[in-house]
Amino acid sequence: MSELIFAIELAYWQQTLIKVLVAAVLIPTTALILGIVFLFKMMSWMQSRMGPQEAGPRGLLQLAADGLKFLQKEDIIPDRADRFVFKAAPVVVLASTFLTYVILPAGPDLIIENLPTGIFFAMAVSSLSVVGVLMAGWSSSNKYALMGGLRAGGQLIAYELPLILAVMGVVIQAGSLSMQDIVWAQADGSMFGFGGLGLPFVITQIVAFFIFMVAIQAELTQPPFDMPVAESEVVGGFHVEYTGFRFLFFFLGEFATAFAFAAIAATLFLGGWWVPGIDPNSALANIVGPIALFVKIMVVAFLIFWFRFTYPRFREDQLQRFAWKYLIPLALANITITGILVVVL
Amino acid sequence: MTVTDSQKMAYVAAQAADARVNLQFETEDGMTLNMGPQHPATHGTLRIVAQLDGEQVVRCEPIPGYMHRGYEKLCEVRTYPQVTTLINRIDWLGSFANEVPFILAAEKLMDVEAPPRAQVIRTILFELSRLGNISLFLGDLGIQLGGITIGFYAFRDREFVLNQIEAATGGRFHPNFDRIGGLKDDLPKGWIAETHRAMDRMRRLCDEFEELVLGNEIFQARTRGIGVIPADIATSYGMSGANLRATGVDWDLRRDACPPGLSYDLADWKVWTHPDGDSYARTWVRLQEVRESTHIVDQLLDSIPAGPIMAKVPRIIKVPEGEAWVATENPLGEMGYYVVSKGDLVPFRVKIRSASFNNISVVPWVTRGVFVPDVITIMASLYFILGDIDR
Amino acid sequence: MIRLSSADTPTTDAADEAVETVTDERREALLARITEVLGDAVVQSHIRPGDDLWVRVTREAWADVADASRNRLGLRFFDFLSAIDWLPSPFGRDMDAQEDLDADAAAAEPAPIVTGYAGGDTRFQLLARVFDVDEHIGVTFKADLPDEDLSAPTWTRTFLGAEWHERETWEMFGISFTGNANLAHLYLPGAFEGNPLRKDFPLLARRVKPWPGIVDVEPMPGAGDEGDSDEGGAS
Repeated sequence: MSELIFAIELAYWQQTLIKVLVAAVLIPTTALILGIVFLFKMMSWMQSRMGPQEAGPRGLLQLAADGLKFLQKEDIIPDRADRFVFKAAPVVVLASTFLTYVILPAGPDLIIENLPTGIFFAMAVSSLSVVGVLMAGWSSSNKYALMGGLRAGGQLIAYELPLILAVMGVVIQAGSLSMQDIVWAQADGSMFGFGGLGLPFVITQIVAFFIFMVAIQAELTQPPFDMPVAESEVVGGFHVEYTGFRFLFFFLGEFATAFAFAAIAATLFLGGWWVPGIDPNSALANIVGPIALFVKIMVVAFLIFWFRFTYPRFREDQLQRFAWKYLIPLALANITITGILVVVL
Repeated sequence: MTVTDSQKMAYVAAQAADARVNLQFETEDGMTLNMGPQHPATHGTLRIVAQLDGEQVVRCEPIPGYMHRGYEKLCEVRTYPQVTTLINRIDWLGSFANEVPFILAAEKLMDVEAPPRAQVIRTILFELSRLGNISLFLGDLGIQLGGITIGFYAFRDREFVLNQIEAATGGRFHPNFDRIGGLKDDLPKGWIAETHRAMDRMRRLCDEFEELVLGNEIFQARTRGIGVIPADIATSYGMSGANLRATGVDWDLRRDACPPGLSYDLADWKVWTHPDGDSYARTWVRLQEVRESTHIVDQLLDSIPAGPIMAKVPRIIKVPEGEAWVATENPLGEMGYYVVSKGDLVPFRVKIRSASFNNISVVPWVTRGVFVPDVITIMASLYFILGDIDR
Repeated sequence: MIRLSSADTPTTDAADEAVETVTDERREALLARITEVLGDAVVQSHIRPGDDLWVRVTREAWADVADASRNRLGLRFFDFLSAIDWLPSPFGRDMDAQEDLDADAAAAEPAPIVTGYAGGDTRFQLLARVFDVDEHIGVTFKADLPDEDLSAPTWTRTFLGAEWHERETWEMFGISFTGNANLAHLYLPGAFEGNPLRKDFPLLARRVKPWPGIVDVEPMPGAGDEGDSDEGGAS
C-alpha cells in the first residue's frame, strides 16, 4: 500500500493539495447528502408528510438553498459574549470533524493518511468537538447555551468511554489500530473456514456494534440523547445564539460527524470498502471501494437517523445512569470475552 | 392621557414588572432561568421563572398575563350573541366547547331550551372540539419529549376532525356556531358518514400513540413518577378534567353534573381514572378520553332526532335578571361561566372560570425539586392553552 | 320543547318537576348542614331548585367558610374565587352595544345598586364556589365587603389554588386578602394603576372608538374637518 493513486506517482505537495481539495469538497457534500436523504426525505416519509418539494428536482436542492440562506443572514454576536471564544467555537467543532476524515479509508489506496494508530486518532480528535461545544456554551452569555454546553460536556465525556471500549473489542480481534489493517483483517477473515464473505466484525462483535451505535447516538447529540440541543428544554442549547454561517458550521459539523461516525462504524464492523468477490489488491478495489463504503455508510446512517426520528428523549441523569451502569460494564465484559477468545482460539 | 402615553406606560410597566421578578429571584442563591414568554415549551406566551440549583429546580413560578385580553371586562359591553365571538378565543383549540357553557348559562337565565336535535348536534360538536384539542395534546407531548414523529401523526389525523367541524360550522378554529336556543345551522349532507370515518382515524391515532409513545420505555422513564399530584392537592388547587381524573378522583361533569342542553345521557360511555397522579397517568387518561369521545360521537351520530334546529327566541335577546353558573367538561377541564344579568342586552358580570388557570396554578407546588426536563414534562402533561389561562 | 317563561314560573313538564324536587331536597339538606356548621356566619341564602345554591356569609367568617367547606362539609373541590362590583356602570349606555343606544337614555343619573341572589348590602361582593366531587353538589358563597375596608381573610390556607384567584381579584377589583403574602400582579403589568373590573374603570378601547361601528369608515387623513374625527384618527 504505497502512496499510489491510480498508479500515478505524485509529489508530496501535489498529493497534499489533492487531499485538501478532496476533503474540502467531500465533507460539506457528505453533510448535504445525509441532510437531504435522511433529515428531509426519510424523515418526512416516516412522518407521513411530503418534505421539501420546490427547490430543485423533488426538492433535492433544498438544503443547498438553506445553506445559501444561512450565508446571507446577519452575523449576530451577543453583546456580552466572549467574542474570540464565540467565534472560535464553531471552527473547533468543524476542525474536529475534518480531522476525523483523515483516517477514513475508501479503498486500498484511497486514504488521506494511513496512520498506524488510525482508530485511536479518530477517537481522540472526535472528542475535541466537546471542547468547541463547551466554548460555544460558555461564551454565548446565555443561560440556555450554558446549560446545553454543560449537558453536552457531561454527555460526551460519559459516552467517550463506552465508545472506546466498544472499539477495543474490534481492535483486539484485528490486532491493529490502523483502519486499513482492520479492513484487511475482515477481508482476510473466514467464517467456519469459509472465506468467501470474509469476516465482518459485526458478526463476532455484535455487542460492541450495539454499544458503538448507542454511543455515537449520544456523541452526535441525536435523539434519544439530544438533551444538549433539546429545543423544548434548552432551546437549541449551545448553538442558541449562533446565526448565519456560524450556525451553518455547527450544522455541517453535526452531519459531517454523523457521516464520519457512520463511516467508522462501517469500517470497523461492516468491512469498510471491501466487497466480497473483489480482490482487495486489484486496482478495481480502488473504484468499487468508495461505492461500497458509501452504501455501507448509508445503511449505518439509516439506523442512526431511524433512532433519531423514533424515540423520545432521555433525561440527562437517566442517560448517565444508562452509560455507567449498563453500557460500560457491558463493553468491559465484551473486551474480556474477546480477549480470552482471541488468546484461546 | 392619550393612547400613545398609555401604551408607553404599559410598556414601561411591563419592563418594571419583569425587573421585579428577576430581582426577587436573583437575590437568592443559584441561577434563575427564564423560560418564556417566548419558549418552545410554552406554546403561547407563558413565562416560567425557575430558580435552579444545577439542573434541579428549587422554585418555579409561572407568570401568566402576557396575553391577557380582559374578556371579563369586554363581555360587559357585548350583547349576549356577541360574547360567543370573544369566548371562542379562550381555548383556541377547542373553540366550540368554549361557547357551550356560556350559551347554556344564557339559556338557563332565559329558561329556553334548545330542541333535541340541536342538543345532540351541539354535543357532537362539543366532542369534536375535544378531539381536536386532545389530539394536539398527544402530538405535542411527543414533541416536548423529543419524539417529534407522533406530533406529525397527530396533526395529520386532527385534520380530519377539523374538516368535520369546518364542514358543519364554516370555521375550523373559531366556529361561533352556538346560539341561544339552538344552533346556527343544520348539518350538511353526508356529514354523518364522513364523521364516522374521522372517528375511525382518531381511534387509529390512539393506537399509534399507544404503540409509539405510551409503550416506549424512554417515555415511561420520563413520565412515570414525574410530577405526582395527590388527589387532595388536586382538589385543593381546583384542578379539573383529565388532570383530576389522573389522581383517582372519579369526576366528570359530562356524567355527574351535565347541564341541561347537552345530551350525554344518550350515549353509553365510561369515565376513566388512574390512581397514580403522575405525568404518565395524565397522558393515559387523556388517551382514553379521546377513545371514549370517539365512541360518544359515533353513538350520537346515529341517534340524531329529527326536528327544528332552533327554538323560538326573540330577535333581540334580553336576558332576564338573575345569576347562573354553568360549567361543562371542556377538553382542558372544567370551564364555567358565572353570568350575572340585570335584564339587559349585555351581561352585567361574567366570571370566566377556565380550566388551565387552576391547572397551571399547581406548577409551583409540583415542580419543587424536579429537574429542568421534568418541568417540561409536567407542563406538557398538565396541558394548558395559554388563552385558557390568560383569558 | 320551547319554553319561554320568566324564571319563577313553574315548569309544566312533569318529569322535570320530579327531578327538581329531588335535587331541591338535596340542596335544602346541604343548606341545613352549612347553617349548622357555620352558625351565625350565614346571613342569607337562596336556592334555585334543581340548579344551584347561594349562601351569603359574613366577611369575618370568610376563612372559616373555606375551612368548614373543605374539612367538614365535604365540599373539597375549589372552583373559583372572584368578586362582583354591583355598581351600575356610571358610563351609561355608551359602554353598551351601539344598537342599544337610545338617543335620550345617554345622560341618566346613577341607578341604585341592586344585588343578586342571596342579597347584599355593599357595592362589592366576594364570590366563590366550592364543590363536592363525591355528592356532585356545589355551593356559591358570597360575602359583603364594606367600601371603606375592601379586604377579606384569605382562603389560601385551605384551598391552595385560591392564591391565583385572590391575586386576580386583588388586581381586578382592588380587594386585598389578609394572610395572602403573595398579592402580586398576576395579569397586569406591575405599575398598572386602577382596577379594571370595577364598573367605574372605563374601557378605554370603547372610549377611543365606538363599537360596533355601524358605518365603520375611517376618515381620510386629509379629510378630517371635525374635531371628533381628528381624535379618532389619532388613535
